[in-house]
Amino acid sequence: MAVRNVAMREAIRRALREEMLRDESVFVMGEEVAYWQGTHRVTRGFLEEFGERRVRDTPISEMAIGGVAVGAAMAGLRPVAEFMTINFAFLALDAIVNHAAKVRYFFDGMFKAPLVYRAASGWGNQATASHSHAPEPIFAHFPGIYVGCPSNAMDAYGMLKTAIRDDNPVLFSESIALYPKPGPLPDDDDQDDLLVPIGKGDIKREGNDVTLVAYSRGVDWALQAARALARDGVEAEVVDLRWLRPLDMALVYDSFKKTNRCVIVEESLPMYSFGSEIAALLQENMFDYMDAPIRRVAAEDVPLPYSKEIELLALPNAQKVVDAVKEIL
Amino acid sequence: MPSPTKDMLLDWYRQMVLIREFEETCHQLYQQKRITGVYLHLYSGHEASGVGSMAALRKSDHVITAYRDHGIALILGMDANAVMAEMMGKKTGSSGGKGGSMHLASAAHNFWGGYAIVGGHLPLAAGIALEARYRGKDDVTMTYVGDGATNNGYFHESLNMSAIWDLPVIWIIENNGYGMGTEVSRASGQTELHRKAKAYGIKSFGRVDAQDALAVYKVASKAVEYARDNGPAVIEHVTYRYRGHGVSDKQYDARDDMSAELRQWMDEREPIKILRDHILGKHGDIGDALAEHDEAAKKIVAQAVEFAEASDLPRGRDDLLGNTYVGSQRVYKTPASIGAGID
Repeated sequence: MAVRNVAMREAIRRALREEMLRDESVFVMGEEVAYWQGTHRVTRGFLEEFGERRVRDTPISEMAIGGVAVGAAMAGLRPVAEFMTINFAFLALDAIVNHAAKVRYFFDGMFKAPLVYRAASGWGNQATASHSHAPEPIFAHFPGIYVGCPSNAMDAYGMLKTAIRDDNPVLFSESIALYPKPGPLPDDDDQDDLLVPIGKGDIKREGNDVTLVAYSRGVDWALQAARALARDGVEAEVVDLRWLRPLDMALVYDSFKKTNRCVIVEESLPMYSFGSEIAALLQENMFDYMDAPIRRVAAEDVPLPYSKEIELLALPNAQKVVDAVKEIL
Repeated sequence: MPSPTKDMLLDWYRQMVLIREFEETCHQLYQQKRITGVYLHLYSGHEASGVGSMAALRKSDHVITAYRDHGIALILGMDANAVMAEMMGKKTGSSGGKGGSMHLASAAHNFWGGYAIVGGHLPLAAGIALEARYRGKDDVTMTYVGDGATNNGYFHESLNMSAIWDLPVIWIIENNGYGMGTEVSRASGQTELHRKAKAYGIKSFGRVDAQDALAVYKVASKAVEYARDNGPAVIEHVTYRYRGHGVSDKQYDARDDMSAELRQWMDEREPIKILRDHILGKHGDIGDALAEHDEAAKKIVAQAVEFAEASDLPRGRDDLLGNTYVGSQRVYKTPASIGAGID
């Protein structure tokens, strides 16, 4: 079968479209998803193909988007609700945290909420502080919801399909920076063998000297750093966790047992973060294998500024990962 | 709309005295520390609001409410034993002891639950109604919302969305005069709360004396009929809470005028008495029916207390972690050695 490079946004679009064709209970709702064709063009052509019943423009009402998805899911539909950017999902935090993630628990299993919140995420492009977040760890903090963060087209395709078919609520974070990034994807529709199980990570590069743990855009920085390190004879293993909840720690532990060193790479802020969590779990469970302190590369601990040079200074990059690795070798 | 028959009226009476008995028993049990949660919001005084409006529904319709949910559960026919057991956090409770007073629900009765964040259930109501529209069914979603919630963003966003999507929701604003301790006039620029419907282009069915089950039923029937075919409707129920915001309410200690206000509502607008007078005025031939319902309520609630107290508590980590997710509970697990002495 033919495999060709497609942008991650196209892979997401294909996955979503195929799930809508496959299951009539799947529908999309969100700001500008229908007539505007999607702010990030993920729902391009959907209105024409599926009509207003299944492709629903909403007003700018994030609290309602968050909560309507919960009610519709409890009642038997499979909503895919889009937050134009993940920053706006903060307005829906109560619906996500207190309702989507908890209706199963506080009614002791009486209901389920099979929904997906899609949200475009990430820093950069001089979007300025309130539109510059990669806050996936905030959502992953809460039990009751899963959090998926793909780093490439093929994973995005398989992960979104799994998320839509799963009976639990999923927050699906799509890096804006990765939307245009091309990656291989088979041409044929409905590639069920590409489904990525919930909570299954992936080794993106093998190596014996240090483990780089990352997700989403962090995987790119980790892979770039690994290539740079290889020129100095250091072989880094890149673990792409793909899901922030549940975490595939077995994959991290296996790698760490081999390398005994770890740098955690993330686009998010450093405090109470993905890095904090992975580091804590490693010291709790892998203390005997630890040969060096664990290092974290994250964004600088500031709101993101507008001006280009200091904006870039705040962001993680491959060089920062290389520097962190060299400190612990 | 058909006039309520004698049997219907008697059934309303049965529901109302059962609620009153249940709630007043809960109050006592709380005082005696046999119900131990910090939140317990009683429906005493509100009975006609729920009973009269839900009488306008059919079985396939949906109901959702906030945290003052015991009465709604009992009207729908949830088992009083399971409801009382939930108050006591027992495994036999309707939510397995995990939800407590504010999270009663019953999938079998299309009762989607009581919810504890003010306004948080309103978009859920819209979502449930969306499912009906999506599938081409004409079931409605009866949604109870307190006066306080009409001031928060959930109310605005949910009503607006119900309007643009023609969702069959009946938004019943239970205006009992206070959002916690704040009078409606100090909380809302528009004190006739049903008028807020106009801002969203929603049909308002006005303000109803919700101490009178018949008045409530008449308006609710019209609103339900309208919502099935058209879209959202708003009704404002004017009512009063007999046991404060919740059982831990200190308002009655702090304000002398509150007791007089409460006394006046109980003397002049008591919902059970209003219904009783109506039944007796209209149907002189009912014999001991009312007294029998009074007795039955006492028996049902006493039995529920006995059942609940004899039931087991959920225990151990399996009960604790269960139903966090559909499928396996993949959550962080504290090492078994930690806290083992506490189990």
